[in-house]
Amino acid sequence: MMELPVIGQSVAAPAKGGCASSSCGSSDDQLSHLPESIREKVHNHPCYSEEAHHYYARMHVAVAPACNIQCHYCNRKYDCANESRPGVVSELLTPDQAIKKTLAVAATIPQMTVLGIAGPGDPLASPERTFKTFEELSRTAPDIKLCVSTNGLMLPEYVDEIAKHNIDHVTITINCVDPEVGAKIYPWIFWKNKRIKGIKGAAILIEQQQKGLEMLVARGILVKVNSVMIPGVNDEHLKEVSKIVKSKGAFLHNVMPLIAEAEHGTFYGIMGQRGPTSAELRGLQDACEGDMNMMRHCRQCRADAVGLLGEDRGDEFSLDKIEAMNIDYASAMEYRAQVHAEIEAKLQAKQEQKAQFVPLSSLHPQRKYRSVLMAVATQGSGVINQHFGHAKEFLIYEASSDDVRFVGHSKTELYCSGGDSCGDEETTLQKIIRALEGCEVVLCSKIGYEPWGALEAAGIQPNGEHAMEPIEEAVMAVYQEMIAAGKLDETEDVAYAHAS
Amino acid sequence: MALQIISACVNCWACAPLCPSQAIYEASPHFLIDPKKCTECDGDFTETQCASICPIEGAILNSQGMEVNPAGSLTGIPPEKWQSVMAEIRAR
Repeated sequence: MMELPVIGQSVAAPAKGGCASSSCGSSDDQLSHLPESIREKVHNHPCYSEEAHHYYARMHVAVAPACNIQCHYCNRKYDCANESRPGVVSELLTPDQAIKKTLAVAATIPQMTVLGIAGPGDPLASPERTFKTFEELSRTAPDIKLCVSTNGLMLPEYVDEIAKHNIDHVTITINCVDPEVGAKIYPWIFWKNKRIKGIKGAAILIEQQQKGLEMLVARGILVKVNSVMIPGVNDEHLKEVSKIVKSKGAFLHNVMPLIAEAEHGTFYGIMGQRGPTSAELRGLQDACEGDMNMMRHCRQCRADAVGLLGEDRGDEFSLDKIEAMNIDYASAMEYRAQVHAEIEAKLQAKQEQKAQFVPLSSLHPQRKYRSVLMAVATQGSGVINQHFGHAKEFLIYEASSDDVRFVGHSKTELYCSGGDSCGDEETTLQKIIRALEGCEVVLCSKIGYEPWGALEAAGIQPNGEHAMEPIEEAVMAVYQEMIAAGKLDETEDVAYAHAS
Repeated sequence: MALQIISACVNCWACAPLCPSQAIYEASPHFLIDPKKCTECDGDFTETQCASICPIEGAILNSQGMEVNPAGSLTGIPPEKWQSVMAEIRAR
């Protein structure tokens, strides 16, 4: 059977910890160069491992409402059920409610391995609420990994508290290392009993973030860095950020696109600051990848999201519903362990198959074909199992002579499903076609007659022939069909040319 | 001499722990300041703490009833710009 190549797998990790091969750093194998102790920590964490996110779920509890800085992409007044931006929630929880909700979700969705606190403000600006939740959960649910996301301002002060509660994953949002850039992103911070505006405030924030990062790394706590890509403000600058945070020991960098619409009422939204296109985002991620592992499967979820990345089952666990649930966590933990073992066996089998893979280029070393982007509709488990019309997002894979790699995802309902009042008059189908720009194939379990024709007319070939097959195998099979049909004989990179 | 929290408050909890006089309390529909306890931080801080962390323009009034953080002072969005964009959205 044809199996996908795993980038970098055949390449021994150089002593420095980086990768010599230009193909290294693929999301699929982004963890391969890490020490076993770190891989053990992240292999079932959907936010840290691309592989894991097909199988394992996460949840956020919204216990931390206060914030100590203002970001130009955030509006503290916002609360909308149709919105999926970070920082948006429907219901604030007390620590007791959050603990109850976490146990209810863990018992109902055994694939849930990770509990994060990510707001809706900054978790370290509500330290009592945040650490009370962590403390109780580390005792009652030792099989759940705990994570926290922060802007970093108060990080140096709470690093020891974080270590104490067994929190071994921290995400710091670092958008800049230059205070002049920072002043264009952060209008003010609250620091030592004063509101500090402009460059001075940004300089303090940056200093605290860097110090916090170093202190976490020194304590062996895994650090992921999130950055928001803001075209014209920090897009070029993020390449430097990536280098610096890597050199200080962050193990993963997640560059996310700015989300800014006038309706959100944020500074950027009102002032007409645009977000990056999918191609621009991929371009920056590629540019940073030479320096460190890039995360490409982030879904920028809400501070109260529940489920697999890209899905939100929060409605099933509203306060009134969890009140009515009676959870026996001891027996839930046994069932969870069983489910996790099954997933691990599946992943193990997949890994073994991969090891047997022979790259296409080694079979036909004389031919080099251009790479092709393909969009995939999936509901999880790593297979093509979603109807085109039901997909709210598509995963984007790049097939080349050497490998198949995951390069990102495109949301088709752009952060808002609030009906006709949202956005312009473009039809949903037109929006999807625009979101898939640059892709030449879309793989799904089934597709209707109408979208088929429209996609074909737009140069995107629909394909329903690989339903229920593993994604990477199907992408490679289609790529080979394209080679056999002589579609990839040109030498220039047409896929990118027509994406721009 | 007391500050006041009004309906623009979004209940973000940021102010309450900072108050040196424990004058701020959770209430419905929003947090309130006990005018008998509020000292406007006199003697404790040079700046009123609640108004220095509050992210919502217009949510806190001073003892003269004036907004401590008027429109545009925290977000940097010019009030005229806000008005025109909101009018545009309503017109759609």
